[in-house]
Formats: sequence, structure tokens, C-alpha cells
Amino acid sequence: MGPDVALFAAVFLACTVEAVEATTIVLAAGVAGDWRSAMAGVGAGLLVLAVVVGALGPALTLIPLNGLRLVVGGLLLIFGLQWLRKAILRASGHKALHDEEDIYRRELQHARAAGHETRGGVSDWYAFTVSFKGVVLEGLEVAFIALTFGSNQRDIPLAAVAAVVGVAVVAAAGFAIRAPLARVPENTLKLVVGVLLTSFGIFWGAEGAGAHWPGADAALLVLVPCVAAFVLVLIAAMRGGRQGQVGSTGQSGYAA
Amino acid sequence: MKRVRALLEFWYDFVVGDDWRVAGGVVVALAITVLAGRATSSVWWVLPVAVVVVLPWSLWRGVRASRTAARPGAATEQQGAGETVPLE
Repeated sequence: MGPDVALFAAVFLACTVEAVEATTIVLAAGVAGDWRSAMAGVGAGLLVLAVVVGALGPALTLIPLNGLRLVVGGLLLIFGLQWLRKAILRASGHKALHDEEDIYRRELQHARAAGHETRGGVSDWYAFTVSFKGVVLEGLEVAFIALTFGSNQRDIPLAAVAAVVGVAVVAAAGFAIRAPLARVPENTLKLVVGVLLTSFGIFWGAEGAGAHWPGADAALLVLVPCVAAFVLVLIAAMRGGRQGQVGSTGQSGYAA
Repeated sequence: MKRVRALLEFWYDFVVGDDWRVAGGVVVALAITVLAGRATSSVWWVLPVAVVVVLPWSLWRGVRASRTAARPGAATEQQGAGETVPLE
């Protein structure tokens, strides 16, 4: 796996996860309310995102690369570890699995309870604002991932393509099925993304702090499998520990 | 004031997440790497070691919180444990 493939895979998968969350919210708003208002919210959200990214993108390239790597590496490492923490707890049965269908049902109930309200030329204000917020929040994360990964690897176009492809794939799937995205194995996806974020975070954070990796960029090819193996060992150990606990107390646990 | 507070809460939740110790551990490990990096450039191992220590530690706290939450009538005990375990 070359650095370009690793960059594309990391950005694509991370953006896919964010897009699943945004698409679920938009689907719920559209199904419960007015599709046109929900899609207007998506359009307005994308417009705001374009302005923000357009303003921040060039600024990012003016920051010294080592300083950028230190900050971004640290942030990615924190994000990656938080993702891994949740995904490992879920995979080992210590935490309930994240259920997109549950989120969809909850959003649907809120949407129906809110009713329809016309404001500012938008026939369903709730569907508009819910879609807008979902797209802006998740979209900011997508933009952050693409810009930071891209600028660190000095290949923003490739990162941008990966982000757009990831979002487009999920949006097309959501449009095609127009149903909850519960069949997307989100926790598995989160584990993979967590491994990639953590690996890139370790690599860039250390480089930004002044360290030199043995083998330079090739160190990533060792880091990624090592972090993945460590995560699998942790899951196996925690599953074993949970089975022992359930066996000794007779408690039933979460479905893993 | 309410909006500023909401904004700060959003950014705290966005950056730090569920367990502030993870973010704290990463910041400490980066600081050690920067300081040690002034003397030698062979300090690449500090962050991997930090991950090996911080992640299991945070998981152990998460498991402990989930066991506390699973005990009957333990909902109030869980508060202050620094962990939220949704009983979905």
C-alpha cells in the first residue's frame, strides 16, 4: 500500500462515516417533512461549507509544515483514539452498538412532533434547519479531514477527490434506498477509520514534534498494521474478560 | 453568553470527546517528544508508547464505568466517573 493509496483510503473511509451520519439526518427530515425543504437545507449547508473551506483552505498552506503537522497530528491522534475507544468498547460488548436505525427513528419522531412551519420562503422550516445543521456539522468534519490529510501529504487534490467520492457514494446509496442506513456496518468502519486516524496522527505528530521516522514515509506502512494488530488484541482480550465476567455473574450483555 | 457557552461546549466535545484523559495523554506525549527532540531526533517511539499506555487505560475506565452502570440501582454512582454509557 503506497502513501497515495493510504491517503485516499483514510480520507475516503473517514468521510464515508461522516456522510452516513449526515445522510441519515437528511433522510429523516425529508421523509417526515418536505423533501424540497430538506434538500434546500442541504444546498444551503453546502454553500456555507464552500465559503468556510474557501476561506480556511489557503490559510492552512501558509502555516509552517512542522507546526501544522504537530497540531493536526495531535488532533488526529486524539480523534483516532476516541473513535477506537468507542469502537473497541462496542466490538467487545461493553457498550451498545451505535444504531443508525435508532437515530433515524428518533429524528423522525422529532420531525413529526415539530409539525410544519413556513418561514423565509421555505415551506418546512424544521426539515430545512435539521438538514442544514447536519450537513454543516458533518461537512466541516469532512472538510477538516480532507484539508489536513491533503496538506500534510502535499496532495490536497487527491484528498479532496477521496472526500467527494466518499460523500457521493453514501449520498447516492441514501438516495437510492431512502431508508435507514442500518446495514452499513458502522462499527467496523469506525474501527478501520480509528486505526488510520491514529496511525497518521502518530506519524505526523512525531514528525511535527521534530522526530525522524526510520524509513521516513515508509514507516506508515508498518504503523498501520501494528496499530490494527494492537486493536484486535485489545478487542480479543476484552471479549475474553467480558465472557469471564458474564460467566461468573450470570449477567447478560449487549449484542456485539 | 448562552451561545458562547454552547460554542465552547461544541468545540470541547468535538476535540476532547468522552474521555479528556486521552487528549491529555496525547498532549503530554507530544510535549515530551518536542522537548526530547531538541536533544535527539530518535524520539519517534514516544507517541506509539503513549498509545499503548493511554488506549488500554481509557478502555479500562470505560469497562469499569459500564460494569458500574450494569449494577442494579447504580445510575447515580456512575455520575462523576467521567464516562457516559448509553443503555440503549
